[in-house]
Amino acid sequence: MSTAAAPVGPAEAVAAPAPEERKRGWTGYLLLAPAMLWLLVFFIIPMVSLVSTSLYDPSGSLETGYSMTGHIANYVDTLSEYSKQFIRSIIYAGIATLACLLLGYPLAYAIAFKAGRWKNLMLVAVIAPFFTSFLIRTLSWQLILGDQAWVADILRGIGLLGEEGHLMATPLAVVTGITYNFLPFMVLPLYASLEKIDPRLHEAGADLYASPFTTFRKVTVPLSMPGVVAGTLLTFIPAAGDYINAQLLGNPQTTMIGNVIQNLFDGGSYPEAAALSVTLMAAIVVMVLVYINRAGTEELV
Amino acid sequence: MADSDAEDLVLTGVTKKFGTFKAVDDLDLTVPQGSFFALLGPSGCGKTTTLRMVAGLEELTAGAITLGPQDISYLKPYKRPVNTVFQSYALFPHMTIFENVAFGLRRQGKKDVKKQVEDMLELVELAQYGARKPTQLSGGQQQRVALARALINRPQVLLLDEPLGALDLKLRRAMQIELKRIQTEVGITFVHVTHDQEEAMTMADTVAVMNAGLIEQMGEPKELYEHPRTTFVANFLGQSNLIKAKVNGTDGDQIRAEIEGSTLRVPRDRAADDAAVRSGSVWVGIRPEKVFLAAGGTETSDGSNVLRRGRVTDVSFIGVSTQYLVRMPWGQELMVFEQNTGAREDFRVGDEVDLHWLPDHTFLLDADQDATAGVEREDLG
Repeated sequence: MSTAAAPVGPAEAVAAPAPEERKRGWTGYLLLAPAMLWLLVFFIIPMVSLVSTSLYDPSGSLETGYSMTGHIANYVDTLSEYSKQFIRSIIYAGIATLACLLLGYPLAYAIAFKAGRWKNLMLVAVIAPFFTSFLIRTLSWQLILGDQAWVADILRGIGLLGEEGHLMATPLAVVTGITYNFLPFMVLPLYASLEKIDPRLHEAGADLYASPFTTFRKVTVPLSMPGVVAGTLLTFIPAAGDYINAQLLGNPQTTMIGNVIQNLFDGGSYPEAAALSVTLMAAIVVMVLVYINRAGTEELV
Repeated sequence: MADSDAEDLVLTGVTKKFGTFKAVDDLDLTVPQGSFFALLGPSGCGKTTTLRMVAGLEELTAGAITLGPQDISYLKPYKRPVNTVFQSYALFPHMTIFENVAFGLRRQGKKDVKKQVEDMLELVELAQYGARKPTQLSGGQQQRVALARALINRPQVLLLDEPLGALDLKLRRAMQIELKRIQTEVGITFVHVTHDQEEAMTMADTVAVMNAGLIEQMGEPKELYEHPRTTFVANFLGQSNLIKAKVNGTDGDQIRAEIEGSTLRVPRDRAADDAAVRSGSVWVGIRPEKVFLAAGGTETSDGSNVLRRGRVTDVSFIGVSTQYLVRMPWGQELMVFEQNTGAREDFRVGDEVDLHWLPDHTFLLDADQDATAGVEREDLG
C-alpha cells in the first residue's frame, strides 16, 4: 500500500495549483472587463466610425446621406487645402509646450525642493484654476490682453508695443492662452519626478566637486526626464488639437487645425472633418513615437 | 607629506545649533593625517552633524575647521579636498557604475579617466561591473561603489557616514576588514562615523566616543575599553559592573574602596577623577569577563578583590562563554562572563558564590555620574 501511495502524492501536488491558477486568471479578466468595455464603447467604436466616415463620398450631405465609396482622396484634398493651419497648429503647440517647460520647470523645482511647509499650498495653487471653467479662464485673458488693459498700457509706455499695436487677436495671444491653460499639465508630472529625487544625490554631487549648476545639469535634469517627457506630451498633444484659444484670443490668421475641424463638422462636411481628424491623430502619434524614442525614457529607472 | 602633521584635520570650538538645540557643542578634535579615526556614539549624539560640517554640507554656527594650513570652515563643499561615503550610498541611479566612479574626476576636468576608474574598480573588486547600473548591484557591492567613487579623487580626508549600517552582519564583518585593508593601502585619513562600538574598535586607530554633542573620551580602542573615564563610555563600549563604594584611604599607590564591608583595591592611576576620590563616593567598575567565580567561602583575598556571598540568579550558556547574573547581598545584580575553557567550575542558579578579580582590572569613576548612561545601546540597534 505504502509503495502504491507514494507516487500519488507528488502527482496530486502538481495537479493541485491548476484550478487555483485558472481562478486567478478569471479574476484578472473580470477586473479588466469594465476597462475593456469602456475602451470598446468610447474608443474602438468611435475610431472605426471616424475612419469609415473619413472615407465617405464628400458630395453627400446630412439630408441626402453619405455613401461609402472608400474616397481616400479626402485625405489628400483636406491636407493640401488646410496644410497652413496644420503647420500653424504644430508650431503654436510646440512654442506653448516650450514656454510651459521653461515656466513650469523652475516652479516644479521650487515646489519639490525649496517650498518646505508651503509645498501643499503651492500644489493647490497650481491646481486651483481647474475649479473654474476652461472657457471662463480663457475669456478672462481677453480682458488681460485687451487694448485698454494695463498690460498693453505698460508695454506701450516702455515702447515695446507700438501706438497702434495690439496684444489681443494676435498669435502671441493664442500661444499665451495655450501656455496658460496647459501649464498645470506640465508642472504636475515634473513635480512628481523631481520630488522622487533623493536630496542626498545633490549632496553627493556637491561632495564630488560639482557646482550647484553642474549638479543640476548632470544629476537633476537626467533624473527628471520622465517628468519632462510626460509633461511635454500632456501639453503638446491637447494643445495641437486645441481650438478654444485660437477662437477666443486669435484672429482669422491664427486659425488652428482644431478650428478647421470644428467648422467643417458645423458645416456638415463630415468626411473632410473626419479625414483631418485622422490625419492629426496619426501625425501626433508619429511625432510622439519619434520623441519618446529620442528622449530614451526606457533607459531611465 | 614631508611634515607628518602638516595635513591634520583640526576642529576648534566647533558648534552647531538647529534652532535652540545644540547638536554639537564646542567640539575640539584633532585627526592626525593618515589615521583611521572613528566617531562613535548613539543616534542623535551629533556625530553625523560633525561629519557633515567637515564635508561642508552643514554650516558651522561657531568655531573653525582646518585641514593642514587651510581653513575650510566656510569653503563650499565642492571646493573641499574631502569626500564622503554616504549612509544610503547616494549613487547616481541614471549612471553606470563606471560613470558614478568617474564623476568626481570628470568634474575636476580630468580627461583620461578610464585607467584610473578601472584601477579603482579593481581595488574594490568590482572590475567586471563597470557597465551596470547601481540598482543591478547588491547592497554590499553598492557600498563598495560608493567607496570607490569617493576614494578615486584621492581626498585628503575620506568621511564615512555609517557606511556599513545597511549591510547584514556577515557582510559587515567582511567589509570592516576590507575597509581597513583599503585604508592601509591608500594611506588616506578616514573619519568613520558609527554607532556600532565593535565596528569602531575593530577598524579605528583612534576612537572618539561622543554623547550629547560632546566628546566623552578619546583614545585607542584598547585604552578606551580597559580604562573608561566616564560611566557612559564604560557602558557604551562593552558592558560594565558599576558598584557604589566609599573611599576609605590609600595604601601606597592603591586606593581602598569599601563596599558593604568588603574592601577593594584600585591602582591610583585607574581612578578617572581625583576629585571624586577625595570626595569619597565613587563607582567601582569591573568588566564582566574579568571577574571569576568561586564556590562560596572558598576564595581567599590575598591580593585580589573579592566580593562574597553572591547568589547565582541566572545562567546563560553562550558557547564560548557562560554568562552569570549574581545577586549580591545588597540586592544589586552583577554580570560575570566565564570562558568555557573546561578548567572552570560550573555553577547553577541558587549556588552561593564569591566573585574575585585583579585590582589592576578595576577602575574608579565619579559617583555623580549616572550609572546607566550609555546602557540603552542595544535598543538603538
